[in-house]
Amino acid sequence: MNYSYFPGCSLKGLGRAYEESLIPVMRHLGVEMTELPDWNCCGATAYMSVDERQASILAARNLAIAEKAGGQDLLTPCSACYLVLNKTKHYLRETPAMRAEVQQALSRAHLDYSGNTKVRHPLDVLVNDVGLDAIREKVVRPLTGLKVAPYYGCQLVRPYSTFDDAWNPTSMDRLMTTLGAEVVHYPLKTKCCGASLTGTVPEAGLRLTYILLLEAVRRKADVISTVCPLCQFNLDAYHGQIERRWGKVRVATVYFTQLMGLAFGMSPRELGLNRNFIPMAPLPPLHAQPSESSTP
Amino acid sequence: MNGTNHNGIRIGYYICHCGHNIAGVIDCGEVARRIGVLPGVVVSRDYKYMCSEPGQELLRQDIRAHDLNRIVVASCSPLLHEHTFRTAVEDAGLNPYHFQMVNIREHASWVHTDHAAATEKAVDLSRAAVMRVRHHRALTTTRVPINPAVLVVGGGIAGIHAALTLANAGKQVFLVEREPSIGGHMAKFDKTFPTLDCAACILTPKMSSVRAHKGITLWTYSEVAKVEGYVGNYTVTVRRRPRYVNEALCIGCQECISACVYREPKFPDEFNVGLGKRKPVYIPFPQAVPQVVVIDPDRCLELKTGRCKKTCVDACADRNAIDFTQKESLEQIQVGNIIVATGFRLFDAKRIPQYGYGMYPNVVTSLELERLVTSSGPTGGEIRLRDGSAPRSVGFILCVGSRDLKTNRWCSRTCCMHSMKLAQLVREHTGADVTVFYLDIRAPGKGCEEFYDRSLKEGIQFVRGRVAEVTDWALAPEEEGKLVIRVEDTLAGFVRRIPVDMIVLAVGMEPQSDAQSVRRLFNMSCGTEGWFLEKHPKLAPVSTFTDGVFIAGCCQGPKDIPDSIAQAGAAAAEAMALIDRGYIEQEPNTAHVLDDCCGCKSCIPLCPYTAISFDAGSQKAVINEALCKGCGTCAGSCPSGSITQNLFDDDEVFSEIEGLLHA
Repeated sequence: MNYSYFPGCSLKGLGRAYEESLIPVMRHLGVEMTELPDWNCCGATAYMSVDERQASILAARNLAIAEKAGGQDLLTPCSACYLVLNKTKHYLRETPAMRAEVQQALSRAHLDYSGNTKVRHPLDVLVNDVGLDAIREKVVRPLTGLKVAPYYGCQLVRPYSTFDDAWNPTSMDRLMTTLGAEVVHYPLKTKCCGASLTGTVPEAGLRLTYILLLEAVRRKADVISTVCPLCQFNLDAYHGQIERRWGKVRVATVYFTQLMGLAFGMSPRELGLNRNFIPMAPLPPLHAQPSESSTP
Repeated sequence: MNGTNHNGIRIGYYICHCGHNIAGVIDCGEVARRIGVLPGVVVSRDYKYMCSEPGQELLRQDIRAHDLNRIVVASCSPLLHEHTFRTAVEDAGLNPYHFQMVNIREHASWVHTDHAAATEKAVDLSRAAVMRVRHHRALTTTRVPINPAVLVVGGGIAGIHAALTLANAGKQVFLVEREPSIGGHMAKFDKTFPTLDCAACILTPKMSSVRAHKGITLWTYSEVAKVEGYVGNYTVTVRRRPRYVNEALCIGCQECISACVYREPKFPDEFNVGLGKRKPVYIPFPQAVPQVVVIDPDRCLELKTGRCKKTCVDACADRNAIDFTQKESLEQIQVGNIIVATGFRLFDAKRIPQYGYGMYPNVVTSLELERLVTSSGPTGGEIRLRDGSAPRSVGFILCVGSRDLKTNRWCSRTCCMHSMKLAQLVREHTGADVTVFYLDIRAPGKGCEEFYDRSLKEGIQFVRGRVAEVTDWALAPEEEGKLVIRVEDTLAGFVRRIPVDMIVLAVGMEPQSDAQSVRRLFNMSCGTEGWFLEKHPKLAPVSTFTDGVFIAGCCQGPKDIPDSIAQAGAAAAEAMALIDRGYIEQEPNTAHVLDDCCGCKSCIPLCPYTAISFDAGSQKAVINEALCKGCGTCAGSCPSGSITQNLFDDDEVFSEIEGLLHA
């Protein structure tokens, strides 16, 4: 299985733990990822809100490079990149005027884009291409006893819910169960994490973050599992401010790929788990299991 | 007018203003002037309303005064008034087929904004008609006798009412129902709005009358498989599913049910929408008609494995009604008319996952609550949460799958009233706080607005706004352990969180899942939403585009019980109007085989009405005029041009085209 890989800025910066866990997990499962040559900013959600035309041109350049590089599906771990690239595809398909402008801009860079690059999220690829059975085979350290709150955020499933339900997605739930973890009922799984409002309008943004953390604590989750660098940052980095405003809601937030790595027997450090502000507690001890042989 | 010397053809041309409908766009005087100079046209007039009595009288007087022998009227659609004008022409002594109608309303004035171009189009269409009508020949209609029996499809309240109306008028009726019992959705209701009278008390006597009526043949657990023929003479094949019980021998004592090897009811019970349990041998509900048990082949041990003690057979003893060898059978019946009353299905609430149906056990649909309220239901009329306790607060969410661009756009018309009825019953049974979340309260029926007032007086709270989601995450202590409704209260102007114990989703109505195949079976049309299409939304609300096939009840669109019954009565009356006349008048636009036919038989498989056969003696194709619908397929496809069709002869069609192209 070969994919083009678009890391986006986060996975090289604040969200590097995501890349640090994604690459070894994918390699372990036999998935080849080739980083897109000379990629640029995805167009980003903020830019998209200010100037859709310019943002779409940025995004389309990445799509065009992916097409030129062989047209494999473009693996996009960051939810914001995933949304912007998909949105650009949508605009190019539905708006002839926008398509003309973007094509003109691309042609100046000697690029062309036919519209065929598929933008895929690693969660989609893992659950639907690799498959839960193949993943189960690689589990050497089941996450038995670990209570996980699966948190998808908004951009992965809305508005382009291509591989899961827009309101009640379940792919990560099933993935976590496959790893041996216990999934807690988490009704806020697609609610807003506070997004960039945590920085710009903290009284609104942090309240949303607080609600997510509070509910995870109430549901007795050991850890929140996320698919998005911004969600991870918001849920991990603001505990000081949140505690001062509303009280303590201590729970760690990690990438789903980090939990996969742990189940595959990798060390917390090589998965970037040392980068968390709120560290994840060591895995609960494995009790002596009744003579159940591991899956063949 | 240069009307003379055209082989005696004397044409009268009339263009109708239709008030402003036509004259507001088309210059009718101008059209009349330009048509008036065409060869053969003796009279050319414009008039305000040609369909009015003075308009028709104008036609008749002109025919007599000017010795006219061809008439063209340019006005609305022939569907609406062709019959009117043909009759007027006939009254004045002409053959009704020496008439041609031009539609310049739907085809010109209603669809164009450029007045000059629309006027030009009206002239072109009129010229074509004038040139064609010269070639019209005198034709006569034929009469075909009508079979007085009627098939009613669907045994809900609409089908029941139609069947009884017809049977009481002395007509023979076949009532076919898919489920093991008639009664439909109404049989599941506790009380009806706005009178709060008991649904069973008004329905079950009608159900028993169906069973007892000598004029009605009732086939439950059966479906229509095939329909052939035409108005007055339909041949219908009905597939009768095996119930593994001989209907003639079963007396409904239900001893077999108590004797079944399954001591306790184990399987979800369809009648109680899965809230109750039944055995493999069961009767759908106590008042079921017919009172005959049915055995579910997917659950019955004997039918699945062939290795059951068959205690049911022992219990039935010498009545011997149980018959495990029963097979599906096909029955053929002859009827003249068909009434389709196949009802609706409820919207699947899982399609709106934000409302938590299927995720939170105390989120129920309105029909599920209906079963909980009913004394014959699975809880004996107690409204209970899944843990057995009584709810202290209940929220009703309206327009679930109605008036929603993401699911169904239409208003289901009954859910406002139905929810208010259930809300009142919940207050009465439990004293719980009830809040209704609505977009608009639609209470237009008789006594319905008063019922809304009564709901307000009963202390039911109304919050206007489309509910965003149902969830169980608590922000405040009073929300702990409750279902929380998040909604923008559009009257108060802010977002609210309202905790409740139970949520009722007022699910809307949808066309049946097999509406498309049923539509094809009876050769009907569907609107874009999938409801069966009436012939005219105002003037022919229970007729379809197929003569002799009528629709009634919710298969035509969402409606309440009184409206369903009104439609059922109307459909029965329409059928009776045809039956009591005794014959069907057939349009003479039929096809005919000329002597040139070489007997290639290529037309035979093309005919959609199986009207063409091959005569071995003459070695030519023969068309049965009674079956021919005048579709023209054979005339168009005949390789030797040996089939012609009345009103569509070559000279008529080519003259019409010439008239259109003539500048």
